[in-house]
Amino acid sequence: MSLLVSIFAAIAVLAGTFFFIAGTLGLLRFGDTLSRVHALTKADNLGLGLIVLGLLPLADSITDALKLVVIWALVLLGGTTAAQLVAGAVRREQDPPP
Amino acid sequence: MAEVLTGAAALIMLSALVGLARVLRGPTRADRLLAAQLLSTAGIGTLLLLAAAGRPALIDVALILALVGAFASVAFVMASRMIDRR
Amino acid sequence: MTAWLLDLPLALGLFGAGAATLVARSLFGAVLGFISTGLIAALVWVRLEAPDVALTEAVIGAAATSVIILYVASRISNGALAPAPPPIAQRLLAATFSVLLAALLAHALHTLPNPAPSLAAPILETMAPTGLGNPVTAVLMAQRALDTLLESAVLVFAVFAIWSMAPERRWGRAPGPAFVAEPHGPLAFLARVLPPIGIVIGIYIAWVGADAPGGKFQGGAVLAAMWVLPWIAGLTAPPSISDMRLRLAIAAGPLVFLIVGLAGFAWAEGFLAYPPGFAKPLILLIETAMTLSVAAALACMIAGPPERRAP
Repeated sequence: MSLLVSIFAAIAVLAGTFFFIAGTLGLLRFGDTLSRVHALTKADNLGLGLIVLGLLPLADSITDALKLVVIWALVLLGGTTAAQLVAGAVRREQDPPP
Repeated sequence: MAEVLTGAAALIMLSALVGLARVLRGPTRADRLLAAQLLSTAGIGTLLLLAAAGRPALIDVALILALVGAFASVAFVMASRMIDRR
Repeated sequence: MTAWLLDLPLALGLFGAGAATLVARSLFGAVLGFISTGLIAALVWVRLEAPDVALTEAVIGAAATSVIILYVASRISNGALAPAPPPIAQRLLAATFSVLLAALLAHALHTLPNPAPSLAAPILETMAPTGLGNPVTAVLMAQRALDTLLESAVLVFAVFAIWSMAPERRWGRAPGPAFVAEPHGPLAFLARVLPPIGIVIGIYIAWVGADAPGGKFQGGAVLAAMWVLPWIAGLTAPPSISDMRLRLAIAAGPLVFLIVGLAGFAWAEGFLAYPPGFAKPLILLIETAMTLSVAAALACMIAGPPERRAP
């Protein structure tokens, strides 16, 4: 049982790490700003989600598990809003409203 | 297990620090902001992994970072939303 | 074994981000280098086993300092207020003093006795009567209460300083400029959804400070951020700086602290001493008032000098 949990946690955490690295690659390699916003927001939120998923069965208490879920929800909320705000600002800079 | 978690934390942190090159390279302001945003999300991931590796108090630090993580982007658009009244 | 894998990049990253702040050609690059330095510093505090400081660095760095300097930087470069670069002599002088300070700090660190002298053991011995579980809070509220009282007064003076930046004709208005309201935009959405969650988390962080990392300052800073967000989104307006309730909220912390401290002459051994058995409830009373004050004062600091018309 505990071995299975450990294997599940390790796989999920490593998959999350992979998406973080993918996000960084996107930030460094993609050609224009809007693609970079898109790459970073999606990859990081998914990466953190996988890490939270992997850490859930390792949590000491229900409170800690709940906190993990709240953290992911907050990052999703903050990350998507931030992406919208930044993308809006980029668009206004590229073609300013009359 | 703790070794795997710490190792993953180190990888995530390293990738975010490499991403900081965007702060210097730009070219737009939004690109520079994105690098700081990446550091914040990666910081949350690192803290959660370290918390699971034996320091549960760090979950609260991650919680705060998650709560206020979007504020840099809010500040980024603040000046353009100002109404200038004499 | 894997610890150095984490610590080495963090240490290099801290230096790198600091250097990026100094060499950045654009104002925005420097500002974001500074913000990144703060985020890395929070993680460095975690690695140094100082979660209380890490919490402060995270919330002040990410929610207060970064908002203030990012906003000021974009306001400066949007308008005609482009700052002239300082003269070369001034920059050289600043660099010399910085290098000197760094050398002194490095020297001091190098000559520390090994193991470093520590007051940890006597603090853990004497904190039992306070009923607190977090030694950091015990030091701040019991052993070194005078320092904390003076620090709490500093916040009030900082708000005075910011308010006095306002020109005469704007005295009595509300903190900060007015912002466009866009009721269905992403910012308005965030400003509606985040504060209810953030207020709960802020109170939790302030409350848990008695026994775990956290406390009045960190919790109050979270509350301040949640108060400012709807102002920025244009959903609500801050109170006028002449509003007595706002002024009382800012002064409440130092005031309650001072009254409890003076009461110590009558009920305990002297100034800022707690009567035996009442230490924990009194500390909680002070912390509650301080949380309110930190929230109100920091919100006024983030918003800036009064510009917008009072509601």
